[in-house]
Parts: sequence; structure tokens; C-alpha cells
Amino acid sequence: MEVRSIEELTVIATEVRKDIIRMLGAAGSGHPGGSLSAADIVTALYFRVMRGDPANPQWPDRDRCVLSKGHAVPVIYAAMAQAGYFPREELMTLRQMGSRLQGHPDMRRLPGLEACTGSLGQGLSIGAGIALAGRLNRQAYRTYVILSDGECEEGQTWEAAAFAAFHHLDNLTAILDYNKFQLEGPVKEILDLEPMAEKWRSFNWIVREIDGHNMAQIVETLEWAKTNTGRPTIIIAHTVKGKGVSFMENNNHFHGVSPTPEETTKALAELERA
Amino acid sequence: MPLERKLGLATRDAYGKVLAELGRKYPEIVVLDGDLSKSTKTDAFAKTFPDRFFNVGISEANMVGMAGGLAASGKLPFISSFACFMMCRAYDQLRVAVAFPQLNVKVVASHGGISVGEDGPSQQSIEDIALATALPGFTVIVPADQFATAALVEAMVSWKGPMYLRTGRPKAPLVYNERQAFQIGRGVTLREGRDVTILANGLLVFEALLAAEQLAGRGIQAAVADLHTVKPLDRDLILAQARATEAIVTAEEHQIWGGLGSAVAQVVAEGYPVPMEFVAIQDTYAESGKPEELFEKYGLTAKHLVQAVERVLAKKVRPKPGWDSVKTFAL
Repeated sequence: MEVRSIEELTVIATEVRKDIIRMLGAAGSGHPGGSLSAADIVTALYFRVMRGDPANPQWPDRDRCVLSKGHAVPVIYAAMAQAGYFPREELMTLRQMGSRLQGHPDMRRLPGLEACTGSLGQGLSIGAGIALAGRLNRQAYRTYVILSDGECEEGQTWEAAAFAAFHHLDNLTAILDYNKFQLEGPVKEILDLEPMAEKWRSFNWIVREIDGHNMAQIVETLEWAKTNTGRPTIIIAHTVKGKGVSFMENNNHFHGVSPTPEETTKALAELERA
Repeated sequence: MPLERKLGLATRDAYGKVLAELGRKYPEIVVLDGDLSKSTKTDAFAKTFPDRFFNVGISEANMVGMAGGLAASGKLPFISSFACFMMCRAYDQLRVAVAFPQLNVKVVASHGGISVGEDGPSQQSIEDIALATALPGFTVIVPADQFATAALVEAMVSWKGPMYLRTGRPKAPLVYNERQAFQIGRGVTLREGRDVTILANGLLVFEALLAAEQLAGRGIQAAVADLHTVKPLDRDLILAQARATEAIVTAEEHQIWGGLGSAVAQVVAEGYPVPMEFVAIQDTYAESGKPEELFEKYGLTAKHLVQAVERVLAKKVRPKPGWDSVKTFAL
């Protein structure tokens, strides 16, 4: 696989963001904020860090990415289309009857998705199961789980965290898209989870905090996580909800509301200049 | 020869035994348990295959989610806990991480029904069959004795897709012997009879046979069939019996809402309507007590089946106006 430079990845991330806006604008519903906040992380995973074959999405030794925050699946669709898993035109079918691009991930419809998610808090358990299978099968693949901050309010996340650490699942890496918002407002005003890093450390995870929009840092940290042994790693990526579109940034209106045609045009124009 | 109440293994013991044997044959089997392996009887597998057994701790939600991940990665997970914790505590995980993607996860939960006994209602699962059958694509099985359990658990291995099998805590009276063949989705007719059909599963199968024997002494010929698979249900057997006997009684160790009786009634109503009666727990939680005391109080014994047969036969001899024309139309 060719190794893309940080500059190339940055360009791809902007294209991913543009496709997120286009498909959500076309769909007329969906979740822009949490899709945009994860765009740099997902780009780093799909275009640099993970081993995968778009022509053979079920390749048994592929690295796996579980999107636990299932509502942000447009970012995965955009990355998959850019990577060649399916034609980019298909992005415009998002959320329509008969589309493989369901409102939340459906692994049965779209090969390359690793789990069905959408009920928050389940992805880390599924990822732990995939990682455990890899170890039992003596396969070298790695499992990545993208978590939201809000879903760390779910108890199951911590059940899975305890299991993964106790069973030394060092082939498992979680990335927390810490955009500081959940549906009804700022996490710190609804159910503050700070100190977040301390919580994970106390669960015996290896923890590193990064700027989730600094591509060089994202790539470097994901590569570092591959070298960690004995324990799972969580990368707490500080992000901005709606990142890349000025009027969506930290504007929780765009948690679960898609852009109007005018907003779509404006957002695409901004991203074009990026 | 009169029916003899001969106790065999508890169905949970039969599961534990056969699972350990299956582990030898199928290296892809991985077993997860929620800190109850001595009760669910997965401990036999744990001893034989410690590398493929995980006590995940008291965390059913995580266990079910992990089972989804294991199944998606080529493993064959069997997961066990008490039926109430498995189905009630982890229902959302069974829904999203197992049923929705139709993953090959085998859920075998023990302590089904009120025959759990002294531990009381929080441990007695009376809703599990309703919950399991409501999950699209789930196959749901309630075996009657150790032989049925051993055969059906083995059959689960080659039956693709998510499955739920309920086992019980107490020793189960023997209905079968080791020569009996079982097929998932196909009931077993245990006794022929022309007057009424009793369709039962689990511990109620033996009670049904007892009831049929008592009824025979009074000249009432009751057919008895074991509907061990609640889903997919054996429609052919049910409709053939409805036609042959024109009256059906169901019997199950479960809440009356959403169990075997409801499922059979649906088939009967759309295929060949006949009078029905339902022996089940009447929309209540039970209490602590000996299993036989609880069966007596909550209406699950042969005596209650005999009474249900009397009620259904009374309905049969007083057909409602238009009944025949409805049937003629259906035929």
C-alpha cells in the first residue's frame, strides 16, 4: 500500500468533509456535527493506518474499524467511497429506500462495515469481541473503535473497557472523538465525564491525548498505538463538533440536523477554500 | 404401561455435558459466561478448554456485544447466563449487535421458568420466550429433558443464525431416550388421540403426558406433542392436529403473554380456527418455594392441564353460530 503524506491526507480529509456535506444535504436528514469532528481521524485510519483492500472488503486479515458512534456513519461512507469501496455517486443515496447507505451502519448491506451500531455504548464490546477473535485465531489484524464522548455515559462502555484491559487486548485501539457535545448540549453540563483520561487510566488503558484535527499528530499516535503491548490503547482526540464549516463548529444545532440547500452551498464553498 | 416419573439430568446439566463434547469437535466454539458457569454448567467446557472460555464478569451487555464481534470474526460463540439476566439485561445488545446483523450467536440461558424455585421472582425467567421470539430471525428452543437438550444443542451448531435455547434448574423427568431424533423446527408427537391435542414444551411436556394418561382413564383421548421449537413453529403439526382433534390446549412454563400459547394461537387462528385453552403463568410474578409447590400454585401441573382440557372440550361441543361456515370457507 502506498504511504500517503500528511499533506495528502489533509487534502483527502477536506474531500471527505465535502462529501459529508453533499450527502447530508441531499439526504435532508442526518448528523453533520459528529461526522465532521471525526473526519481527520477516519481519514488517517482509512488512508494511512489501517490495512485493507477496497476490492476485497472481507479480506480476513484486514484491520477493522467499528464506528460505535453510529450516527456519524456519513464520515465512514465518505472515506470508503474515496478509498474505492464503492462508487462516490452512491453517496447520494444516503438514507433513501433501498440504499446500502443506511442512516446508521448496517454491516449486512454494505460490506466493509464491521458492525451494526446506532444504540450508543455497544461498539467497544463488539470491538473487544473482534479483537479477541483475532488473538484466538492468531491473526495479526488490529481493531479500531471510534467512540463518542456522550456514549461514555453508557455503562456498557466501561464493562467493555474493563474486559479489554484485564484480558490484555493490545490489538485493540479506541479513539475517542471528544467533541464535547451530546444531543442536548455540552457534555460537561449534562453529565460531565472529566477527568476523562484519568477514568481510562484507572481502567488500565494506555492513554494519550491529542489534537484530533492535527493530522501529523493523529497519524503519529495511531502508529505509536500499534507498538503498545499488554494493554489496549485509547487516543483521546480533542475535536471540534462540526469542524471545517464555520457555522457548524461548536453549533449543536447541527448535531442531528442536515444542512439546507443554502447551507450546503455555503459549507461547500468554505471547504473549497480550505 | 403407566407413565413413570423418572428424573433425568437437569437440562442445564445436559447442556454443559454436550457443550464440552462439542468443543472437541468444533474448535471455533468459544464460550462466554457472566460469572454463573457453575449454574449454567458451562464450567465443564471451561475445564476442558480454558483457552476458549471467558468468564466475562457480571456484565451481560458486554458479553452479548462481544459475542457479536466474535461471530463476525469467524468464531462460534455460545453464551450463557441466567435467562432473566441474558434476555432482560442485554436485550438491546441482542437486538442491535446480534439479531439485526443476523450473526451466528448461540444464546443458551439457564434458570428458565419458575422451577428455579427458592431464589424467587428476580431469578425466575418468565418473559424470556416472548423477548427472544420478538427478535427478528431468532430461533427459539425450549427442550423437555436431557436427551432433547443434548440433541438440540448439537443441532444448533449447524443451524446458521442467532438462536436462543432455554434450560432449567431442576432435574427434568425423562420424556425421551437417547434414540429419539430431533429436528429444529419440527415438533415431536408423543401420543395420538382424537379428542383434543395438548401442545407443550419444557417441563410441561411430561405434565401433558401425565394429563393425557389421566384423561384416557375417563375415556378422553388426548394427543400430546412437544413443540420444543417455538420459532420457527411447526405449522404443519399444529394444523394437522387442529383438524384431527378440533381442540387445542397449550402448556408452558412462561408468562401467558407472548409465549408458546400465543404463537400457536396465531397459527391456529389463521390456518384452522378451533377452540383453545392456555396453561401458563397468568400475568404475574411467582415467589420463593419448591418447584412443585410453585407449579401447583401457579397452575402448571397435570391437574391444571386436565381442567384446561375439560374447558376446551366444553367449548368444542357448543360451536358458535357460523363456526362451520367459517371452516368451510377456510378449506
